[in-house]
Amino acid sequence: MRFELTPRTHVSPVMRALAPVAAFITAFLIAGFVIWLMGRSPVAAFDVYVLQPLSDPWALQELLVKATPLALIAIGLSYCFRANLWNIGAEGQYVIGAVLGGWLALKTHGTEAGAWVLPLMLLLGVIGGALYGLIPAFLKTRFGVNEILTSLMLVYVAQLILDYLVRGPWRDPKGFNFPQSVTFDPSATLHPILEGGRVHYGAVFAAIAVLVTAVVLGRTLFGYRLKLTGDAPRAARFAGFSSKATTMAVFAISGGLAGLAGISEVSGQIGQLQPSISPGYGFTAITVAFLGRLNPVGILLAALVVALTFIGGESAQILLKLPLDLTQAFQGILLMCVLAADAMVSYRIRFATRGGGK
Amino acid sequence: MFSGKVYGALAGAAVLALSAGAAVAQPKDKVKVGFIYVGPVGDHGWSYQHDQGRQAIEKAFPGKVTTTFVESVPEADSERAIEQLARTGHDLIFTTSFGFMEPTLKVAKKYPNIKFEHATGFKRNPNLSTYAAKFHEGRYIIGQIAGKMTKSNTIGYVGAFPIPEVIAGINAFYLGAQSVNPNVKIKIVFANTWYDPAKEGDAAKALLDQGVDMLAQHTDSPAPIQAAEARGKFGFGQASDMERFAPKAQLTAIVDNWSDYYVARTKAVLDGTWKSEDTWGGINAHMVVMSPYKNMPDDVKKLAQETEAAIKSGSLNPFKCPIMGQDGKEIECKGKGALSDEQVLGMNFYVKGIEDKIPQ
Amino acid sequence: MTIVEAILLTIVTASTPLLIAALGELVTERSGVLNLGVEGMMAMGAACSFAAAVTFDSTLIGVAAGMLAGTLMAALFALLVLGFAANQTGSGLALTILGLGLSGLIGAPFVGARRDPIAPLDIPILSDIPVVGRLFFEQDLFVYASIVLTVLVGLYLMRTRSGLTLRSIGENHTSANALGLPVWRVRFWAILFGGACAGLAGAYLALVYTRFWSPGMTAGRGWIALALVVFAAWRPGWVLVGAYIFGAATVLQLHAQAAQFGVPSQLLSAVPYLATILALLLLSIRHGRAIGAPGSLGVPFVPDR
Repeated sequence: MRFELTPRTHVSPVMRALAPVAAFITAFLIAGFVIWLMGRSPVAAFDVYVLQPLSDPWALQELLVKATPLALIAIGLSYCFRANLWNIGAEGQYVIGAVLGGWLALKTHGTEAGAWVLPLMLLLGVIGGALYGLIPAFLKTRFGVNEILTSLMLVYVAQLILDYLVRGPWRDPKGFNFPQSVTFDPSATLHPILEGGRVHYGAVFAAIAVLVTAVVLGRTLFGYRLKLTGDAPRAARFAGFSSKATTMAVFAISGGLAGLAGISEVSGQIGQLQPSISPGYGFTAITVAFLGRLNPVGILLAALVVALTFIGGESAQILLKLPLDLTQAFQGILLMCVLAADAMVSYRIRFATRGGGK
Repeated sequence: MFSGKVYGALAGAAVLALSAGAAVAQPKDKVKVGFIYVGPVGDHGWSYQHDQGRQAIEKAFPGKVTTTFVESVPEADSERAIEQLARTGHDLIFTTSFGFMEPTLKVAKKYPNIKFEHATGFKRNPNLSTYAAKFHEGRYIIGQIAGKMTKSNTIGYVGAFPIPEVIAGINAFYLGAQSVNPNVKIKIVFANTWYDPAKEGDAAKALLDQGVDMLAQHTDSPAPIQAAEARGKFGFGQASDMERFAPKAQLTAIVDNWSDYYVARTKAVLDGTWKSEDTWGGINAHMVVMSPYKNMPDDVKKLAQETEAAIKSGSLNPFKCPIMGQDGKEIECKGKGALSDEQVLGMNFYVKGIEDKIPQ
Repeated sequence: MTIVEAILLTIVTASTPLLIAALGELVTERSGVLNLGVEGMMAMGAACSFAAAVTFDSTLIGVAAGMLAGTLMAALFALLVLGFAANQTGSGLALTILGLGLSGLIGAPFVGARRDPIAPLDIPILSDIPVVGRLFFEQDLFVYASIVLTVLVGLYLMRTRSGLTLRSIGENHTSANALGLPVWRVRFWAILFGGACAGLAGAYLALVYTRFWSPGMTAGRGWIALALVVFAAWRPGWVLVGAYIFGAATVLQLHAQAAQFGVPSQLLSAVPYLATILALLLLSIRHGRAIGAPGSLGVPFVPDR
């Protein structure tokens, strides 16, 4: 017995929309089964993981905080992935954005520098991320070096650069030799949207990125070019689209957005440079991009869902004493279910018995 | 997770002194204690030992105390996890890594009725204590053992990162060795990780290949001491007793013992006597415990026990003045007859006799 | 043992898990499937092998369990990318995330347990030859197995009919299908082989290299294995060279520190990664554009397309 796949000629939009819902339900059922195997109540787990965070204003706010960098980075990655370019080094671009933007914050520390500091920092963050993203793009277009590997290797390098800076030259001179920079001045701080809240203006940037991307992908020639480059590279070449230019452009965009996420987190949440400034946002965002099926609105929703699994996962540790690994396993299962559901929508799957031809 | 756990109970850097206006504490019948760990509880090292302390609390107050932990909390994203504990009815919250300092302070200010304890930091609040342990006391003892027992006259040290805590440990280890063997040499390798067993093992092998026969480590996994065992050399356990991983090689281990402190602080909350304090305990406070001395001749064992007793009684300080820097010049002595706490906690120089440079 | 011998010995053992995992991935990729889940399969291999070895007190059972775990994870991946023609990059990442999480659940009860070292295989007489003797004839079984595996994979791909079939499918699945070659079946087995190798590499880490289990102990080695396949331009012999170069870079930077050069340790730690990028770059410049990448790599196969 074996599978047989045939592309569906017509895919109804309803099915496309329902597929992720079905995937979620399946993922929850599988996770519930695992929890049951561990001798715990799946119902209680669902309540703690999902229902409680969604019915608690504090948790909803934290959801936005956590989803902000994920959405920003994933939106950027969607440009790359649409063009079939696999930038998995967003974590490094995030770090370099934070480093370059943070450099200005440290330079202006203790001076009377005014309101221009923060916008320039954000700009430097974008530039830093974009330039760092352009390294694998350049190596690919110029020398044909595989971008998956160079972008990934550069993540480790970026982390070591940051590590070196905060343990060495950028260490707070009054900080007893602890590996951290000075705390940023108010002029270098990205403020919360609501006084006393935790959601900073990075959330606004994420929202803008979603809107702009929706327009770019749906309404512009560049968006069409991306789709064509990804789906039919030869046709794109015949149409006169330079794949090199496209490669450079999408890496710059995704690197820039990752860099913006980096500097926003550092100036909005952490308030200083330190050896670790990301709990793996750049990698988690890859999951988010796929969960959101590279669609801007989908990515926004996916970022919120993934943020929910983190927050729910912490609650589950506290209230149910369920281990953290379960949350990670669940994220893997969820992503698999969404990918499978997508495939089921696109293809008709039949079981054929042996002897039905090769 | 890079800066895992720098410690520092810097008396001079307290953000706020004890304030008289702190809420009057009431005795409690039941207490809920929460823990934030930087690593997985199964790391065999840092977080594992804190979790041993958590379990000790549960045993000490049956029926009165419930405990919770959140593991592998990334430092860059820890504020929410700490606040989650604060919001779920915990009365006492321990955050157990240096990187949790700012987030802990933020949450502590927001929840003035909850008691917080931050390990290895230096910022306090009326409801936020700090605590850390003087592991360098133990490192002086193992330095003496290594200095006595080395045949190649070269001892080795696998460090995590060149941060003050690790530098102070290396200096204490080397001073100990020098005190019994003036010509001993030390080789140092930084693994640039707190926790990557294979890489830590490689670092240890590199040292052993270069002629080291006594291996101290300041990374969390048992891989380095295992490497020593496999080569028939000797080593010292870190954070927890690693004898089962290297029964022939482990001479002793410097055990992080948080249990006594955690039980005492929980009791203080139960009794309503909890106050914001700064604790920096060593062998005397039972925060640093030497596991049984084994695999060594009796005279070395006797020396180690005497040194341990001397440190415990306060008659010996590993950083007693004069301390010479690498250039042979004396380091200014800011404490009473020894380097001051600030000097030890912010240490960024090697002592005379170490030929390496601090990588910066 | 001289220091050169000792260093070479360390390099070989440090490189072996990378080599084993990369060989498996090489076969998978040669069949036209990109599996980014090596890290996850390796983590599962480590956890399951250790759990089984402790439970049954047998290294052999442990190794078998590790390979089985890797194979099962690969089967799940095969279901996604072959059965559902799902995106390979996404599925591979999902596999990594799932594997890291699941391995944590499986390994948790075994934290703190340990295994005795496996005695190196001492081949008499030969191991007494100076310098090369210890290096070549006194290693653990896995080291020999990894070298034999390299040769076998090379022979299989280049010298057998079945290997030719696998390569043609990887080059162009549409024409291979038109020729009546069993695209799905071959890819299925190639994916499983990759999983078994990743599981074996994980078992090596847990049972030989560290001899205890702890969460996240693969520490990114699965990703390095992926890099090696590209580095090697999909040729088994070059995987061996690449694995040893990377192992050497990792080990030598530690020796450079012990030798007291006073260079920032962060810079030295970055050397293996920078060296990989540089090596990739040089290879690409030398071989021109398509350096042996299978033509259909990463493209889902649907007959009518």
